[in-house]
Amino acid sequence: MSTPSSRFAGHGLGLRREHYRDFLETDVPVDFVEVISENFMVEGGQPRHILRQVRERHPVALHGVSMSIGSADGLKADYLRRLKSLADEIQPLFVSDHLSWSRIDHFNSHDLLPLPYTEEALGIVCRNIEMAQDTLGRTMLFENPSSYLAFGDAAMTEWEFLRAMSKRTGCELLLDVNNVFVSATNHGFDAHAYLRGIPAERVRQIHLAGHSQGTELLIDTHDSPVHGGVWSLYAEAIALTGPVATMIERDGNIPPLADLLKELAVARSIGEANARMRQVAA
Amino acid sequence: MNLAQMQREFQSWLVTASDDAAQRLAGGHVAGLSVYQNNYRVQLVDCLRVSYPHVQTWLGEDAFLAAAITHIDNSPPHAWTLDAYGDDFGETLALLYPDNPEVHELAWIELALSRAFVAPDAGPLTLEALSDIDWESARLHLAPSFTAHVVTTNAADIWSALQQGIAPPESEMLAKPAAVVVWRRQFTVVLEAVDAVEHAALLQLWENGSFDALCSMLVARLGESEGVAKAGALLAGWVGKELLAGVAA
Repeated sequence: MSTPSSRFAGHGLGLRREHYRDFLETDVPVDFVEVISENFMVEGGQPRHILRQVRERHPVALHGVSMSIGSADGLKADYLRRLKSLADEIQPLFVSDHLSWSRIDHFNSHDLLPLPYTEEALGIVCRNIEMAQDTLGRTMLFENPSSYLAFGDAAMTEWEFLRAMSKRTGCELLLDVNNVFVSATNHGFDAHAYLRGIPAERVRQIHLAGHSQGTELLIDTHDSPVHGGVWSLYAEAIALTGPVATMIERDGNIPPLADLLKELAVARSIGEANARMRQVAA
Repeated sequence: MNLAQMQREFQSWLVTASDDAAQRLAGGHVAGLSVYQNNYRVQLVDCLRVSYPHVQTWLGEDAFLAAAITHIDNSPPHAWTLDAYGDDFGETLALLYPDNPEVHELAWIELALSRAFVAPDAGPLTLEALSDIDWESARLHLAPSFTAHVVTTNAADIWSALQQGIAPPESEMLAKPAAVVVWRRQFTVVLEAVDAVEHAALLQLWENGSFDALCSMLVARLGESEGVAKAGALLAGWVGKELLAGVAA
């Protein structure tokens, strides 16, 4: 079993192209940055050069979107080799991906597709996680996805699946609070029960993001500020997990960095309030 | 239905929007499935837009979108990264626009530039590194980002104009096919037209790296004195343009 990730309780932002200059030329007040791993799993050129420069200033978390941990036909060795090369160089805080699948046979959807929460899927996911962690030589974090489809043959809830997966493989969790909110709304489950059901002690990082109302369902769009209901759920989440690395994810309608830092300040203040309550309670 | 069967049904839904797959996956309740279908197609269209901005400008929004939809319908993604999805878009454009070769030649240029952007780092070779080497056995290495292509149209001029944000020229066939090369200097990608002799010289070097063989080829093509002089001039030019990454004796 891989060594667990160290606890890190800072506040960060996703590094996006629009803010490269800010991060390279100014002292951005964040405790870490998160990058999309695949954008830097290239052989050379400016992307890796920029990441090296940012890494000199900030701790970096690697967040992948293409491992496809739920693929029935296993993981791709070439993908893992590229990710290991990047992780070995960057020495990230965390290496994470999603509890989802993207690829089967020769087809790669490049989307985070839903898994049925069955015993068969649990076995396959755990086998793939063990392969990834063995190859990378580190414990990985897996993020709960937003989903728009539930399977009728599910044998357990998503939080039960996450708990079993974490227990079997030793993997840790990236709790996306917005995804809990979106999926709970779409599928009608209790978001509070979800937070109480996951193994809070395994959560190493939290994502916060915005979503949009689709025709019938909430859509995880990352193109707007964090919703009020998500902030409330975040306060509840960190009361359970204790202080963990927290960040704002923004992938569309990207505003000036100052706007994201204001949002991040909200997360900091909620964290501080939670810490005070813990002190009082102690 | 086991996991592998479900994932193949899902693939079928994404690629063909098959009613049968929707029925088997979700009992015909397509609201959720439609979100995934929409995400899949929008993401691929966006990828092609980002990969081929000048092709999009050249064709116009409607024609580009139609070409993108044709490509998505005929070429489902398979590479490890979304960034590689557009790698064979030029082939779709060649089929859609058989009488407009500037379209797929423009696509080749944009693909070559984006590949060069993330090619392995190397070099550059300096003039100092060329002193005291045995020229008979010397093997020169082109920059890993280097690639070359023969074009039949003024696609390079069209690309240059679009890159500068000025009105592009009308497309036209060249009097005879010409060559363009692409490589990266530090972090800047470069597109340049080269004449037939330089193109042949670069291809010779690309194949086996031998400077001696390069000289022999140029002498055979241009004669003794002009061939040797040309080899020296090309070598100096390539060093200056950072086209060379290294030399091995």
